[in-house]
Amino acid sequence: MSTTGFDDLRDLYQETILDHGRSPRHGYKLESFDATAKGDNPMCGDRVQVWVKFTPEGMIADTGFEARGCAISVASADLMAETIKGRGKADTRALFAAFRDLVRTGSCPACDAALADSLERLAPLSGVHEYPSRVKCATLPWHALIAALDGGKEATSE
Amino acid sequence: MTMPLDIARIRADFPILSQTIRGKPLVFLDSAASAQKPRAVIDAMRTTMETQYANIHRGLHWMSERTTDAYEASRDSVAGLMNAGDRDEIVFVRNSTEAINLVAHSYGRGIMKPGQAVLISDMEHHSNIIPWQLLRDAHGIELRVAPITDAGELDMDAFEALLADGKVGLVAITHMSNVLGSVTPAERIVRLAHARGAKVLFDGSQAIVHRRVDVQALGCDFYAWTGHKLYGPTGIGVLWARRELLESMPPFLGGGEMISSVTYEKSTWARVPHKFEAGTPAIIEGIGLKAAIDYVLAIGYDAMAAHEASLTDHALARLSAVEGVHILGRAQDRGGVVAFSLDKAHAHDIATLLDRQGIAVRAGHHCAEPLMRRFNLDSTARASFGIYTTHDEIDFLADSLLRVREFFA
Repeated sequence: MSTTGFDDLRDLYQETILDHGRSPRHGYKLESFDATAKGDNPMCGDRVQVWVKFTPEGMIADTGFEARGCAISVASADLMAETIKGRGKADTRALFAAFRDLVRTGSCPACDAALADSLERLAPLSGVHEYPSRVKCATLPWHALIAALDGGKEATSE
Repeated sequence: MTMPLDIARIRADFPILSQTIRGKPLVFLDSAASAQKPRAVIDAMRTTMETQYANIHRGLHWMSERTTDAYEASRDSVAGLMNAGDRDEIVFVRNSTEAINLVAHSYGRGIMKPGQAVLISDMEHHSNIIPWQLLRDAHGIELRVAPITDAGELDMDAFEALLADGKVGLVAITHMSNVLGSVTPAERIVRLAHARGAKVLFDGSQAIVHRRVDVQALGCDFYAWTGHKLYGPTGIGVLWARRELLESMPPFLGGGEMISSVTYEKSTWARVPHKFEAGTPAIIEGIGLKAAIDYVLAIGYDAMAAHEASLTDHALARLSAVEGVHILGRAQDRGGVVAFSLDKAHAHDIATLLDRQGIAVRAGHHCAEPLMRRFNLDSTARASFGIYTTHDEIDFLADSLLRVREFFA
């Protein structure tokens, strides 16, 4: 692992990122779903589509995605799908706000303690904050997710 | 026999090349996006601001006259560079995009008739697509797209067939692709187009950096390019057009500088090229462009082209030898631009890893989304070369790509 000479990039490309980027667990279209939206980053050409299935109580039962993008965006989509399972819509939006702070600043000291466990699972993406041009790679799937939750069809990363 | 370039001496002319990126020497392989600037350009612009700067063309004082002379000398240099028959055929604009929009607006809306067609190719930069889409939607012009082959060359049979019905009023096509590096057969394009009554515009943004452009020999009608890719400043570009075309075309932007007389009832236009140069122009940048042209011509296009061909051959050989690398475009006639993908690594990831080595490459769709779609790709990485690029830098790129592949394996 030390032979490539990119050791100082391990803060960005942690093993979790490389693993989820290479073989995402949720990288498929859901057979049955309640909401879907596409995310598009027109500046770099990244595209993602997210499908969401809710429980009768309105909680997220399952999430799938198809992404054409970099390791960061695919890994972010996959970790997102894992982390939001069982959450309600408001709860998911709050998690996205915290996640956005995390990838922009590297930490989220003001974040709700209730989110701490979830943010811990998303923490491998925190290294993105040192690469401003890559932050939108990490947030693109979330923008698509929020658009789906809001009943929208499309989102672009900021 | 062309003398080989003294690369060490050339590199010393570019102050930025001594910069380090996170402690590593800068390996700048993104010149097709924008080239670095030699000291001569930087000095010309600074000297202008420090010693002889004023607004031009209207001042009756010493400063304005000196500045006007320097700015207009740049027009002479551009005319010489392109072998224009007449210096008044050189219109200064901001960049190639503005030059093409000028033609789409003034020639497209002013001269072309609804029902006519504009013919572009499948390897255009967005700047040579969108202005024609806007023209199509506003003015009832058909937009036709000539296909390219898998090797990335213009499909000349299809191109000729698209001209056959005589409806094409204008062919607007790249002279060299910013992604594939392919150089289009300009003389043949002009011959075929003129035979069917179509005018020809070349987007020469890339081509003029890599070879001498002689508009009289090409026989085209419009030629657009931008200064910042030719080692000049940003904010200054060139539209060359035949004088009779410029005279027949209505103005593009209205305002100061472009008028002969103004009343509320009716105004009359300045003679060409000033009719198309509304407002205070990019004075300092125009003067900087002359310094860039002088610099390039002192080195010589033959020497630059030979160096570039050698770099490109070397890059194609070295990158092809990296397992998993796929090079986009295999045109016979090509310039120093090499777009590639790497199995298992997305272009953005490649760019981030290379950046850590101090290597600057472009990653993305390169403002040519339809071309990416043509090859079923979302993005590629692109290495592009300038007069200061060395063979060692290409070796370093190839070696680094081996390690990128290992990183994502």
